[in-house]
Amino acid sequence: MLNWNCDKELYPDGLPRCSLAKFSPVVLIGGALLTWGAIGAIICLGYGLNKTGMNDYFALGLWIVFDLSIIALGAGAFFTGFLNYVVGRKELKDVINAAVIIGFICYSGAVAMLGIDIGQPIRGWFIFWHANVHSMLTEVTFCITCYLGVLLVEYLPLILENRVAQKQRFVRLLSHNFHEFMFIFAGTGTFLSFFHQGSLGGMFGVLFARPFSFREGFLIWPWTFFLFIWSAIAAGPAFTTLIVSLTEKISGRKLIPYSVKMFYGKVSGWLLLTYIIAKTIDTLYWALSTLPRMGVTFHSLYAEGPYGLWLVWLELGLFGWLPALALVYPKVRKNPALLMWAMVLDVLGVIFNRFVFVIQTQAIPVLPFEKFMGYMFTIPELGIAVAVIGYGLLVFGLSYRYLPVFPREKELNPVEG
Amino acid sequence: MFPFNFEWAWDVGHFIFMGLLYMVLIILGAGLHIVVGKALLDFISGIDVSHH
Repeated sequence: MLNWNCDKELYPDGLPRCSLAKFSPVVLIGGALLTWGAIGAIICLGYGLNKTGMNDYFALGLWIVFDLSIIALGAGAFFTGFLNYVVGRKELKDVINAAVIIGFICYSGAVAMLGIDIGQPIRGWFIFWHANVHSMLTEVTFCITCYLGVLLVEYLPLILENRVAQKQRFVRLLSHNFHEFMFIFAGTGTFLSFFHQGSLGGMFGVLFARPFSFREGFLIWPWTFFLFIWSAIAAGPAFTTLIVSLTEKISGRKLIPYSVKMFYGKVSGWLLLTYIIAKTIDTLYWALSTLPRMGVTFHSLYAEGPYGLWLVWLELGLFGWLPALALVYPKVRKNPALLMWAMVLDVLGVIFNRFVFVIQTQAIPVLPFEKFMGYMFTIPELGIAVAVIGYGLLVFGLSYRYLPVFPREKELNPVEG
Repeated sequence: MFPFNFEWAWDVGHFIFMGLLYMVLIILGAGLHIVVGKALLDFISGIDVSHH
């Protein structure tokens, strides 16, 4: 007879976990999404990028929207590391492991997806060897690659803390020393993440021939540079909280104190409020000053095609001002359901912002004989994007099952513990 | 063709860009060496730590 608890030796010390039968949906769903992605990758690499929705109008498509979104949502890792190791907010120790795993999933997923997006991954090293030092995209590539290394270093001590691995004295010493010197990696990660989040926005802001995304700025950095960092650190902690809350819901166990969620809500709220004020000022200045000087009117950019003015109201209103005002209000943060809803809107806001910058920028005609376009992805293309979700489900699920991700789990669940 | 970049040019852009990259790589490499080295020294010295 099959033993559904044959892996219990690997469980974190003193913590119960569900049987393998109950855990199997995580593996099956994750595996199915990864299989879809693998088939999509074979099609796109074998037959070429014309198997995606990308064409002469859209050089960037669903993958870049997904990339930019998950990189922004993965900002919870660097921001939590910064607050915990550099600023000294020790209560975030309860959530730092989860934030690191989420960050690692987001960044490794984004890099894997970029490997397909460049069409010929075998030439991926060209961008490092033939570095164009005037390109923000090169800076993004360098920083993302280095930061993925940092995230791996931050994830490693957690893997080493597996109960079976900890039986080895050298492994115990290694994980202990990783923790002792983690401030070096967290500090470097903050620097790297800060710059590539910014440069991802800067990439759009410097597009002088695309008035929709062009922005003025400070020295060499357009305002989008700063707005992208700001929105990422406002949404990253909210996304981390949502994933942890979802894990609590699925596992039926309390994993972090509610005070940590409220703290994250407060941080996200104030960052989002200041961001949305800056974003509104930026939009007004762009619409009333930048665009007229470039010979374009605000309404002409939304005149036709699928991407109308409603996008602005959704991005700034429903996904911007509403969650910002909700999260800074203490009574909302004290209500778990309202806190989660406000965080969902916050996260949707950053995804929406990245979609607008990637897709709408390219959808608007820049030549007199062109028309407004709409982007539609293909099934293989979608498969590669959702494979990252499947990959995330597997990595986070397995990490929660076998590693001591939440240091206060035992204390917060005294009956089972 | 120097230092370690095929299209290397002796200008400010390359110094800042590649300089920051190498600085980060050196910090990360040094950090990893310190961690592994200290763990090895502790191991040889017979030191042990409790489970985290």
